[in-house]
Amino acid sequence: MSQHSTTYVPKSAFAKWFESRLPIAGLVHSSFIAFPVPRNLNYFWTFGAILAFMLVSQIVTGVFLAMYYTPNASLAFQSVEHIMRDVNYGWLLRYLHANGASMFFIAVYIHIFRGLYYGSYKAPREILWILGVVIYGLMMATAFMGYVLPWGQMSFWGATVITNILAAIPVVGDTIQSLLWGGYSVGNPTLNRFFSIHYLLPFMIVGVVILHIWALHVPGQNNPTGVPIKSGKDAVPFTPYATIKDIFATVVFMIFFAWFVFYIPNFLGHADNYVPANPAVTPTHIVPEWYFLPFYAILRAIPDKLGGVIAMFAAIAVLAFLPWLDTSKVRSTNYRPLYKQFFWILVADTLLLGWLGAKPPEGWYVVVSQIATAYYFIHFLVILPVLGFIERPLPLPNSILDSVMGVKGGAGLPSGAKAEPQAKG
Amino acid sequence: MRALGNNIMMKRTLLIAAALLGLSAPAIAAEETPVPPQLKWTFHGPFGTFDRAQLQRGFKIYREVCSSCHSLSYVAFRNLSQPGGPEFSEAQVKALAAEYKVQDGPNDAGDMFERPARPADHFPAPFPNENAAAAANGGKAPPDLSLMAKARTYERGFPWFIFDMFTQFAETGPDYVHAILTGYEEPPAGFQVPTGGHFNEYYPGHVIAMPKPLSDGQVEYPKDANGQPQAPETVEQYSRDVTAFLMWTAEPHLEARKRIGFQAILFLIVLSGLLYFTKKKIWARVGHSDLTTHQA
Amino acid sequence: MAETTSTVVEPSRRDFLFIATGAAAAVGGATLVWPFIQSMTPDAATVAAGAPVEVDLTPIAEGQIVKVFWRGKLIFIRNRTAAEVKAAEDVNLASLRDPQPDSARVKPGHTQWLIVYGNCTHLGCVPLGHQGPYEGWFCPCHGSIFDTSGRVRGGPAPINLPIPPYTFTSDTKIVIGQEATA
Repeated sequence: MSQHSTTYVPKSAFAKWFESRLPIAGLVHSSFIAFPVPRNLNYFWTFGAILAFMLVSQIVTGVFLAMYYTPNASLAFQSVEHIMRDVNYGWLLRYLHANGASMFFIAVYIHIFRGLYYGSYKAPREILWILGVVIYGLMMATAFMGYVLPWGQMSFWGATVITNILAAIPVVGDTIQSLLWGGYSVGNPTLNRFFSIHYLLPFMIVGVVILHIWALHVPGQNNPTGVPIKSGKDAVPFTPYATIKDIFATVVFMIFFAWFVFYIPNFLGHADNYVPANPAVTPTHIVPEWYFLPFYAILRAIPDKLGGVIAMFAAIAVLAFLPWLDTSKVRSTNYRPLYKQFFWILVADTLLLGWLGAKPPEGWYVVVSQIATAYYFIHFLVILPVLGFIERPLPLPNSILDSVMGVKGGAGLPSGAKAEPQAKG
Repeated sequence: MRALGNNIMMKRTLLIAAALLGLSAPAIAAEETPVPPQLKWTFHGPFGTFDRAQLQRGFKIYREVCSSCHSLSYVAFRNLSQPGGPEFSEAQVKALAAEYKVQDGPNDAGDMFERPARPADHFPAPFPNENAAAAANGGKAPPDLSLMAKARTYERGFPWFIFDMFTQFAETGPDYVHAILTGYEEPPAGFQVPTGGHFNEYYPGHVIAMPKPLSDGQVEYPKDANGQPQAPETVEQYSRDVTAFLMWTAEPHLEARKRIGFQAILFLIVLSGLLYFTKKKIWARVGHSDLTTHQA
Repeated sequence: MAETTSTVVEPSRRDFLFIATGAAAAVGGATLVWPFIQSMTPDAATVAAGAPVEVDLTPIAEGQIVKVFWRGKLIFIRNRTAAEVKAAEDVNLASLRDPQPDSARVKPGHTQWLIVYGNCTHLGCVPLGHQGPYEGWFCPCHGSIFDTSGRVRGGPAPINLPIPPYTFTSDTKIVIGQEATA
């Protein structure tokens, strides 16, 4: 696959002059044009590009919304309605931004579970994975603060509930809470600083995304076999192969996005957020946005306040330790018959937690939440480490090319030390 | 400062606060609130539009019934003539606005004064502020209606919410509003309705502060060529019409949204088709157009 | 520092200079951070608005709960009936999650008046009055139950509804935000 030269050669005199001073064209060329991509990537690998698109989409719609939005407790709700009613295409910008947050999370969850399934967090991609966890954390902070901005009932009470969570942190909790509030409770200063930080964080996400892509380009992409690229025949150049595939997938994703924006724009929101914030009345049922529901269920499953907070943060933090918790030498779950079952149980468990997070914390919902929470942690802290020792993986293909050509693995000696299954019984 | 303001209000509305707390009491006791019936709305689905005549009738009901207690603050008179709404003529809107008085000022002497409203003005609220509204209405201020059709809902539950994504069922709000308006009934035997409360089948807890607002024949509808009312002058029809109107006030660009949405999605489908074949052609050079490796 | 290899053991004047410069820069940097952090704490206007408020209790009938705000926080003022007071007092303290006698939650001589913060100690929702098994409060968010003394009796709330600082200036007037000078 070498119709394309692997290094950038400036053609014009100007390009030569420029490149010798700022070699950016060469960087782009090596990163996004000549960069070798495993030829067997499936469509789950297009979600990186989809996420990049969503990030840009959120920033662009957000910047335009900020031209009309007023971060003041007595004007915020009204300014959002002004955008919805009077600003030309304001309804479109706002629905794109509000639903865009959900789309961003849908894409990131697929991206994360893709990584979990194909072992993309394993050596040598630990830093890449941890940077991804950092991005996920920043996304959650950004989304939470963004949801506060319309200053509806759910905005206000969501902010109250979450900032009260932080107060449970020993010693520094109250200080953190007071710094977030800027007063004695959630109020105008809170809204104002949330807007400031909500505007800042996406650019920090951009920064970490650059590191994330950088860290990706050192070892290169993982692939459905988990076997690394061994020769040029295993790979295709990023452009045009990955580029066109990513663009196609992104446009298909946009159809899905548009369905929500244009036809069911409030499906993923809460009716209560069309009621202006009122500190004297709590909505009967405070529910966070759907993408926080599994963690919310974990928070509520623990009967102790501090314990619940610790469990919730631990549920996210445990992801960062995944590279060391998974002891299996085989990356791809395609070759791990036992783990494959546990993977899907984890998916079901997460969905169950999400459903429970939307339910009132009473009766058997509480018990089921506790079981599901326990399972979540058992998966990462017990099943994953133990399975690596007791599981007998299927034979791996010799190379990506073999796998593509349908050559069954295991005929020859498994090559590639990293991907070699450990014969343990 | 705010505490002091509230404090003054408190003194005036002490009884009321207690009454309210009492009112919400059965919320826990009586859990079984029936699900509002699903109506066929003209604005449902990908090609949904508002029925102009219905919006105009709904506006008449708001004006003659609801507006004595409920504000409509986010709606301006001019909105009544904009495309996608009731589409009154501009002259009608101008005349209509002039019937309302709004406060303006200060003038050169420094005084606030009242003048006839202009199309650019918003609907004036029936009460000067929320506390006044609460004081005049048994302690609970009647909520603003501009967003009511989006601010109320009922739980669809699993698995219905999944189907709703595909059927584009997004009318839980209007269904709920309509159900409340038609849900006034005699309380069942043994059901204790607290003073100041009214039994409503569809209100969570069944006790609503708002008295039955509509009755048959209350609002006169425009006549058709035969001298008959355009639509039945019944509570059922009134409720539908005013609910449709409130859906429009909550989502004034609904028609444009659905129209543009159809065009956008159509375009994206064509583009993705083109991209799919382009992608296939490019990948054909590799020798394998389908490189998925899900053998195991 | 290659030139100073001969005097590794003995701190030279130059080492001192480096340390002093570094320390001064660090102190300066830390000092610079201070106003930024401080700017996020409640500002002067907010603090001023948080001054004590006076509440007249006369219009509150027996059995009523009234909501007032102080420092943007909701406060319940409850004129308890004799039965409610008795129920609050006749509790086996050992059975409580956050044991506190009723007498410690009201002012002596004013036992009918219960004044508590109106946000659930779990996650800050507003509990509904006269509800739940103890007819105290019931939080609709996560099901915490409080008795007529505002003490937690069930659900996830860790502690009782806290008592704001207040003092009786007369039998029918309280000042919230001001503790009686003992």
